[in-house]
Amino acid sequence: MAFFLETLLGGLMSGMLYSLVALGFVLIFKASGVFNFAQGAMVLFAALAMARFSEWIPDWLGMENLFVANLLAFAVAVVVMFVVAWLIERLALRYLVNQEGATLLMATLGIAYVLDGIGQTIFGSDIYKIDVGMPKDPVMMLESVFEGGILINKEDFIAALIAALLVISLSIFFQKTATGRALRAVADDHQAAQSIGIPLDRIWVIVWCVAGITALVAGIIWGSKLGVQFSLSTIALRALPVVILGGLTSVPGAIIGGLIIGVGEKLSEVYLGPYVGGGIEIWFAYMLALVFLLFRPQGLFGEKIIDRV
Amino acid sequence: MNGRKIGEVILDLKNISLSFGGVKALTDISFDVREHEIRAIIGPNGAGKSSMLNVINGVYRPQQGDIILRGEHHANMDSYGAAKAGLARTFQNIALFKGMSVLDNIMTGRNLKMKANMLQQAIWFGAAQREELEHRAKVEEIIDFLEIQHIRKTPVGRLPYGLQKRVDLARALAMEPQILLLDEPMAGMNVEEKQDMCRFILDVNDQFGTTVVLIEHDMGVVMDISDRVVVLDYGKKIGDGTPDEVRANPDVISAYLGASH
Repeated sequence: MAFFLETLLGGLMSGMLYSLVALGFVLIFKASGVFNFAQGAMVLFAALAMARFSEWIPDWLGMENLFVANLLAFAVAVVVMFVVAWLIERLALRYLVNQEGATLLMATLGIAYVLDGIGQTIFGSDIYKIDVGMPKDPVMMLESVFEGGILINKEDFIAALIAALLVISLSIFFQKTATGRALRAVADDHQAAQSIGIPLDRIWVIVWCVAGITALVAGIIWGSKLGVQFSLSTIALRALPVVILGGLTSVPGAIIGGLIIGVGEKLSEVYLGPYVGGGIEIWFAYMLALVFLLFRPQGLFGEKIIDRV
Repeated sequence: MNGRKIGEVILDLKNISLSFGGVKALTDISFDVREHEIRAIIGPNGAGKSSMLNVINGVYRPQQGDIILRGEHHANMDSYGAAKAGLARTFQNIALFKGMSVLDNIMTGRNLKMKANMLQQAIWFGAAQREELEHRAKVEEIIDFLEIQHIRKTPVGRLPYGLQKRVDLARALAMEPQILLLDEPMAGMNVEEKQDMCRFILDVNDQFGTTVVLIEHDMGVVMDISDRVVVLDYGKKIGDGTPDEVRANPDVISAYLGASH
């Protein structure tokens, strides 16, 4: 029982990170109908900015305090992501309003390559580390309840907590504020939103900014675990099955989809792995996505797509 | 009619022509709208009524012609610009935000009037919250006015058609527009719903002094509530005047009844 719980918790914690990246996809898709292939490149770009600025800032200012340096680097990285969001709207999306979905998709593929290139030109292409002072040692929990207790990775736990906090505060922002309401309005009907005086271009910049922040947080968490390297940009692809599972248009779907995939990966690895020779974790999510595509293409919570022929 | 006073010309459309590829949707159409009046655009199906409204609203930009709003040229306005200039509209096939509640839908109409920026909304809840409450009060007035209190919290996607039309009107009213554009507000309604809608349109016009431009192909309703009527057929203007004048116009009669010339 304790072992099962341990696996479950581990799954939930890694699932939370998938949710965060999936949320980036869903936000942009809802507001502009664009499937943003550049999300992974944004994660890498943001992580690179964070890693490098946290090195550079202490040099420039001659300070020793790691915490303050990280905080400053984070603030700078946020600004960098905002600028990226603004530039993407200004230079690419603005000219593609009302184009075919495939056209927009290709545009985001292009953006992904441009971001990868520019990111490595500015920040370098080595492997960098982000050290935000995450505790690495595992802790024991619930020792009184189970024999031997549950072993929890503190780093994963804190990461999941941060991701959860961000997801919750974003949900509140979307439900409770006027800007959130305007975002939901644009997601529902572009034309009507414009006719009541919601500025589309500004809303798109906001959405890309929010997606930039989710990319930054995901980049920091993964970057501090695995090091900031090019493979970070493909890690976002692991959130693709999450989006298929949860539905491209559903924010709760992204969250729950992420958790299901996180838990499914870990449980199947542990309990099914021995029978098929292991390695399930790598393909489990895609397999699940495939099954969903066959039987429920709109995902768990997505809108059913009904086309007039 | 009632006590309101019809004022100066507020919106003047001059020689508007609009075509899509080779298809001429509107040809050389001119008419004006006076302040506080109810102005109807009528015509058979495909006459160009909706195109005309979309031109006024900035959805389409006419290839030729001029739109003069309160003495200013507005030929290159988009629909966001139209909203800023005090024009609100409803849609023929209802373009509400289906996933959101009635209240949220109407609140979106207040968007242009909100001052607190996003950062304030995200961090400094005080001012944004106070502002939200002020706007909420205004929205509640509109909800009372249109008698939709009981469905305040319902997601609009679940409402019957007639009520959705009313929410669409409520959202437009929330913008406190100077000119209200209504695209077939009575289409698909039963007699009772039509009567309600007529009453609301007349009340809006009377109590708020809002200028109303409406499209309708139900002749009877239009003749009862409009001050002046423009008649379109095949993208051309074939009549313009008071309901009585229009009714007596032989071109209009033949367009509607298909009588031989």
